[in-house]
Amino acid sequence: MPMQIGEKDFKQRVTSGIADDFMRGAVRSAQTRLQGKRKDAADELGDWEEWRTLGSEIRRHTIEHLDYYLHQLSEKVAELGGHVFFAETGEEANQYIQQIAKRKHAKKIAKSKSMVTEEISMNQALEEIDCEVVETDLGEYILQIDDHDPPSHIVAPALHKNKEQIRDVFKEKLAYLKSEKPEELALFAREKLREEFLAADIGITGCNFAVAESGSFALVTNEGNARMVSTLPKTQITVMGMERIVPGWEELDIVVSLLTRAAVGQKLTSYITALTGPKKDGEADGPEEFHLVIVDNGRSKILGTEFQEALHCIRCAACINVCPVYRHVGGHAYGSIYPGPIGAVLSPLLSDYDEYKELPYASSLCGACTEVCPVKIPLHEQLIMHRRQIVEDEKKTTLSERVAMRGFEQIVNSGNLYRTATKMAPLLTTPFAKNKVITKGPGPLKHWTHARDFPQPVTERFRDWFEKRGEQNGKR
Amino acid sequence: MVKGNIINRDTFLSNIRENLGNIPMNKPVEKPEWSVTPQENVLTNYDQAQLVSVLQNQCKEIHTDFYSTSLEELNQTVINVLTNLQATSIVYTADERFTQTNTEQSLQDLDAFKWDNTNREKSVEIAEKADVGITFSDITLAESGTVVLLNDKGKGRSVSLLPANYIAIIPESTIVRRMTQATNYIHHQVKQGESIASCINFITGPSNSADIEMNLVVGVHGPIRATYIVIDDW
Repeated sequence: MPMQIGEKDFKQRVTSGIADDFMRGAVRSAQTRLQGKRKDAADELGDWEEWRTLGSEIRRHTIEHLDYYLHQLSEKVAELGGHVFFAETGEEANQYIQQIAKRKHAKKIAKSKSMVTEEISMNQALEEIDCEVVETDLGEYILQIDDHDPPSHIVAPALHKNKEQIRDVFKEKLAYLKSEKPEELALFAREKLREEFLAADIGITGCNFAVAESGSFALVTNEGNARMVSTLPKTQITVMGMERIVPGWEELDIVVSLLTRAAVGQKLTSYITALTGPKKDGEADGPEEFHLVIVDNGRSKILGTEFQEALHCIRCAACINVCPVYRHVGGHAYGSIYPGPIGAVLSPLLSDYDEYKELPYASSLCGACTEVCPVKIPLHEQLIMHRRQIVEDEKKTTLSERVAMRGFEQIVNSGNLYRTATKMAPLLTTPFAKNKVITKGPGPLKHWTHARDFPQPVTERFRDWFEKRGEQNGKR
Repeated sequence: MVKGNIINRDTFLSNIRENLGNIPMNKPVEKPEWSVTPQENVLTNYDQAQLVSVLQNQCKEIHTDFYSTSLEELNQTVINVLTNLQATSIVYTADERFTQTNTEQSLQDLDAFKWDNTNREKSVEIAEKADVGITFSDITLAESGTVVLLNDKGKGRSVSLLPANYIAIIPESTIVRRMTQATNYIHHQVKQGESIASCINFITGPSNSADIEMNLVVGVHGPIRATYIVIDDW
């Protein structure tokens, strides 16, 4: 699955999101629950602002010296007998992974959750060479079974589906016979996937955080599937976005403590699994062969720009869980596997403005995202920076908008024109108004009045009102 | 150990250096002193008994059964827990602490299987079918209710993962405040040039998922039920 998901047209995606009542209900209740859990966990820990400061310092330092830490990481992994492949592009990463699969004559590959492999369409690349790739995270598994329905949230990918829908998918595709109770659905998936883990030739994992000083990487999970994938198959491949790294174990403590609280309000998830190289001589389980694939895929062009902080992200989804826009339109409306505020910042950077120029506008700029970010990424400010670039540098706005803006500029820069315009406004809008409210506006007003009413400009201008008040109160 | 391959590193990293602002190659990097250390303020001044009670309380949050026992009573406690779980097949790690605490003999009497690092297929197969897996905790984190397992030859990864039930035996002396103390220990090992465990598991209760309508389901791929037994005088 590529980074781009769903229909091409942003407005169509939003319209279908808003029309999907179940999805909106699911998103509302999930957001409310996750927001509460995050806040309780932060309050219970205490010193939350200090924790955020520390998280932000660690991320800033690491990204500023990313070359150094990636070098150290790769040296350590190689010393342990693991192989490291640096991939500039998704294609390069996929080709390398295909080569391993071919060499191992792999038929079945068990995979734990990884956003970067979604981003580079790794599953498709492996299916092209006739490998079966089994998603083993419960949410991802449900989506895969349902004809590759795209994820709508980076932590809970099947958030948009209800249990009845999941039951029906299992029924139709896997001959499931039981009820829609989550316990029964999960038990069924456990039994199905257990066979897959045992039969897999290769295990593929993502990477929450690599640890440079020891060549380790940590997987943060609740279900235990990442442990399965790194325990049973004889070959393991780990794919990481190049920014997912910390200098040492002391820093791992901090980012993991922030991640589990910000994402799901847990002190720690059920499993934090830190793997260092392939299994050692004499150990029975664990991979005999280990490959680490480090992916750039557009990340390096963010370095050194005003957007560098976007690479500090630890993928907790706290910003998504508080976003009022996400609450209304849902994850699929963003058209990217990275939705919500961080998605609106990252997607145009990893892809381009042609694909994602609307996303920076899919925000009310309320700043709730920035407030909850555990590593203090100024998300809403980055969205404003995107908007500025789209307008000034990229000229990605429509011609009519640019003409209108130029006109506006001339009017507000000229005292006479401005006075005339503000006098004319009530007169010109009268034909569209009923009871001093415009419900069906013309031209550019149309999009606004589609969603809500617009008050008709009043006949008394602010300046006149202000002057009159000044006279009434007597000049000070 | 044969060194692994590193492919495409030079161009990849020089591209990063260029974008970061033409940083010279091999410029030494000092990790700074971080301006704040909030992790040091968690559960400060708690004594060992207080940490045990933090752990016990946290077990309620993580759906984990908690028992406290003495070294002398351990054997009986383990047997009671196994009886409660109606366990008929048991797997445990090859860890000398089973002998030191006199639990090995009773496990053997119950036909329990001791992890055999020389036979991967057999060990995994038995663990996969076992009702219960038992390990000792190497480091235990009071704050989060976490047992840390430093897996090695005798301490197979599968024992705490594949069986439907998991029992962790926790010597009270392994209990520390939080993850910070565990990662400091590992960092220290790395600094000393020691080799660290190939797999370090931080396990906090049974496996679970909230992927279906954000409803918590306990027991997904890993164990469905978890039990901690603290030995309060060891």
